[in-house]
Amino acid sequence: MKMAIQQGGLDMAAVTASLQDDRCGAAVVFEGRVRNHNEGRDVTGLEYEAHEPLAVSEGEVVLAEAARRWPIRDAVCVHAVGTLEIGAVAVVVGVIGDHRGEAFEAARFIIDEIKARLPIWKREHYVDGPAEWVNCQRPVID
Amino acid sequence: MHSIQVRFFAAFREFAGTDAVLLETDAETVDDVFEACLQQFPRLFRPEASLVAVNEKMADWSTAVRNGDEVLFFPPVAGG
Repeated sequence: MKMAIQQGGLDMAAVTASLQDDRCGAAVVFEGRVRNHNEGRDVTGLEYEAHEPLAVSEGEVVLAEAARRWPIRDAVCVHAVGTLEIGAVAVVVGVIGDHRGEAFEAARFIIDEIKARLPIWKREHYVDGPAEWVNCQRPVID
Repeated sequence: MHSIQVRFFAAFREFAGTDAVLLETDAETVDDVFEACLQQFPRLFRPEASLVAVNEKMADWSTAVRNGDEVLFFPPVAGG
């Protein structure tokens, strides 16, 4: 099991190279990429910021939870920080298991929990206005 | 009164206009510390799902604080 934070866009093959086990008939890899739109706005790129020690320790907790819930053999997750262009790989989750069922389910669990729990923030750059932190808009008071 | 080191991350840093402040406060909980910050930084606000850590460990808004503690304020996360 390995959780890491890395500067700049990720290389999926490098992240998942360690996932080798002859007992495993399934390898599931999820790659999260920077898309060019969000909530109706054109996005030109973004920045990720993380509190690295806590992002790594919380990510390790997520991987351990997945290993308890499903009979997987190994799992890795790497999340990018810094400036990323459209199409760059921002996060990679890789899981190997004897069979595909547990590998798919564990990979889905890991990416969902990573997105919800790790202290990582995204600042989007837009075509039509100044950059904004995602999920941090001030409520409009009538 | 006690000293609490506060650190702001991401959007919180932008709202506060600084990444850290040393508070002399009688705050008893993390929630009290944030209230004290609101007095000092008028542009600061607390979006739903904001997270906190005390001394490099994830904590709750009701977590008690003591003299010398470091409180980290994390705005809503957006990884992935």
